[in-house]
Amino acid sequence: MLLGCGAQLAVAAIDAYPFPDDAMAARYDALIAELRCPQCLNTNLAGSDAMIAQDLRREVHRLLMEQKSDQQILDFMYERYGDFILYRPRVSVATALLWFSPLFFLLLAAVVWFRMANRVSVTRALSAEEQARLDQLFTDSDDQ
Amino acid sequence: MSDKMTLNKSLLIPLGVFSLLVLFLALGFQLKNPHLLPSALINKPFPEFQLKDLHDSEKIRTLKDFSGEVALANVWGTWCPNCLIEHPELLRIATEEGITIYGINYNDDVDKAIAWLMRHENPYEFSVVDNEGILAIDLGVYGAPETFVIDRQGVIQFRYVGPVTHAVWQEKLLPVIEHLRRSESE
Repeated sequence: MLLGCGAQLAVAAIDAYPFPDDAMAARYDALIAELRCPQCLNTNLAGSDAMIAQDLRREVHRLLMEQKSDQQILDFMYERYGDFILYRPRVSVATALLWFSPLFFLLLAAVVWFRMANRVSVTRALSAEEQARLDQLFTDSDDQ
Repeated sequence: MSDKMTLNKSLLIPLGVFSLLVLFLALGFQLKNPHLLPSALINKPFPEFQLKDLHDSEKIRTLKDFSGEVALANVWGTWCPNCLIEHPELLRIATEEGITIYGINYNDDVDKAIAWLMRHENPYEFSVVDNEGILAIDLGVYGAPETFVIDRQGVIQFRYVGPVTHAVWQEKLLPVIEHLRRSESE
């Protein structure tokens, strides 16, 4: 089952596929950096020596040579490997928590911050009456 | 009085945070093995293919060679130690249970694969040569062995990643196959 995920660091890919131009080579590099190796938990296609990563890199190259758009290639991978393969998962019911929980926590933090800020403003300036009483207390203690 | 009210409310915050934490952990631990990807192909037709037969390089196998019975498709390779582990069970399923198993020989050497099947016996109706992982990628395979249950219409109904042991057969594959046979015979 395990094909081995060697070389976690940098780019392990040395397949060196030929591309007609630099633009397509750049798109290839971007795609294999963005697609996650299905066999590894935390490595992209670019950084994995797993057999499946090698096969998928070849597949990305083939699709590029067929003049497929980046979107079509990502769709191709998504249809076969689902959310797992995309490092930027799509918005769906299953990934809603992933996408919207940071926003929820940000709002929660804003609410908490707002309420705490309001509480600080409760320590308002003393009224004239209270100030007089405070002065009185100080003078009393000075007398002692 | 009003002070008392706000105090009670703020006491609910840790409780809320704790509940959220429990929820997240419960969801997290449900994904028992992070290596197991949910298959994107369940309830989809088995992908089309045109691949050479392992034992007859003249012969091109396609989806039409599937018999239309409830069957298994098994991705294997001689480089895959777990394929050897599941091999006796596949042989038993093919002979004793009478289930057709199609082999997908993935990223392998043809001569080695033929020799491997000679040595360990051949449970497969036929095997196709998928040296470049073309069919394997269409199946969303990310390792081997992987086993798919296909219904009579050629739709993928179940996928199992890892070696098919006798327990896996009894607990996972057999119930699916029995269900398919029952529902399709009605």
